[in-house]
Amino acid sequence: MSDYKRIAKDGLWDNNVVFAQGLALCPVLAVTSSATNGLGMGLASTAVLVMSNLLVSLIRQWVSPAVRIPVYIVLIATLVTLVDMALNAWVHELYKVLGLFIALIVVNCAILGRAESFASKNSPIPAVFDGLMMGLGFTLALVILGGVREVLGSGTLFASASLLLGKAFSFMELTIIPDYKGFLLMILPPGGFMALGFLLAGKRILDKRADVARERKAKAAVTPLTAGGAA
Amino acid sequence: MTTEAKTPLLERIPYQAILLGACAAIAAALLLGVDNATREPIAQRKMEDLQQSLAQVVPDDLHDNNMVAKPLLLTGTDGKEVKVYQGTKAGNVTALVWETVGFGYAGEIRTIIALDPEGKILGTRVLSHKETPGLGDKIEAAKDDWITKFTGLSLGNPPEDQWKVKKDGGQFDQFSGATITPRAVVKSLHAALQFFAAHKAEMLEVKP
Repeated sequence: MSDYKRIAKDGLWDNNVVFAQGLALCPVLAVTSSATNGLGMGLASTAVLVMSNLLVSLIRQWVSPAVRIPVYIVLIATLVTLVDMALNAWVHELYKVLGLFIALIVVNCAILGRAESFASKNSPIPAVFDGLMMGLGFTLALVILGGVREVLGSGTLFASASLLLGKAFSFMELTIIPDYKGFLLMILPPGGFMALGFLLAGKRILDKRADVARERKAKAAVTPLTAGGAA
Repeated sequence: MTTEAKTPLLERIPYQAILLGACAAIAAALLLGVDNATREPIAQRKMEDLQQSLAQVVPDDLHDNNMVAKPLLLTGTDGKEVKVYQGTKAGNVTALVWETVGFGYAGEIRTIIALDPEGKILGTRVLSHKETPGLGDKIEAAKDDWITKFTGLSLGNPPEDQWKVKKDGGQFDQFSGATITPRAVVKSLHAALQFFAAHKAEMLEVKP
């Protein structure tokens, strides 16, 4: 597997920020009461993650290990504040929808995590790619979690997506269950924990099945040189 | 001395201190620059937001002035400053708009209320709240028409003892599972009407 394929698979599935690393759960559970909110938070985080990975990777030779964490924290906090001010001033409509999420990105430990574990050890292009993939994986997790909670909680999917993405996307707004009375628990934080629990369990089951299938394949291809699939 | 000379640059304390200082200085400079550049547009956007929320409660054909330009400053019952926006048409006051705050289940509920010169409600909308989604958020105009039912009411209509939710013996619906939220809104609107009664003369005077 090539390096970039590895990075992509890591970000989207194997080492997914939410489903595998269990990071950033506070903002995740707070905003995923609908799929649209999840998408907004995910996209905003992706943008910051790409930028912070790029900058950290660019300055990695000059930052000494002893002070790296404060340097990264200053960098990320500055970046988020700049994005926040710029959006508020020049893309105000979008800011009104995303404003809440942008401040939450500062406390998103996934961004510091990627700066520390990937960007500070790799050159800019892989670092940017890693930021993009980790961000997309994060977005994917948030949209799935938000979608599950929204369908069960209020019977809709991507409600008011056109506010976030523009009028052209109003086709995304679906009513899955008409005349649904709503299941409030799913919208509230406990419902977030429950949905997340089930999703984590689901991912484990899928991973286990994939492992079993890989082992079987390895056994079937009776080649004496390969010693079976790595579990 | 010799050992110090052998320490690599990256591990020397002065280098680290300077590095950290330089990072903080660059960050501060950037923030300062962008803050300066964005302060004006952000103030402008806030003004537009305010105009939009005013337009929700006061129809455009009711005033011919810029309501945001010269707010009237009054002192509220809690001692805080209240900004009252006057709508005038041909020099006469036609609408009075201000913000009133109620305390719901989860903190402040900010509501904007518009009255005509007789004290009848022209319209009212909830600007922001943190009430429980699915229960208390029916006070939003986007979720339910509850908030529009106040239009046309005034201090004497319904009578004083009816300015309550039904559970408290008044005439306004509460929501199943959420009484505190509508109670807070009704109370804050009632307080706003009383505020108007107390400051009627000042409010109806056209600010030059």
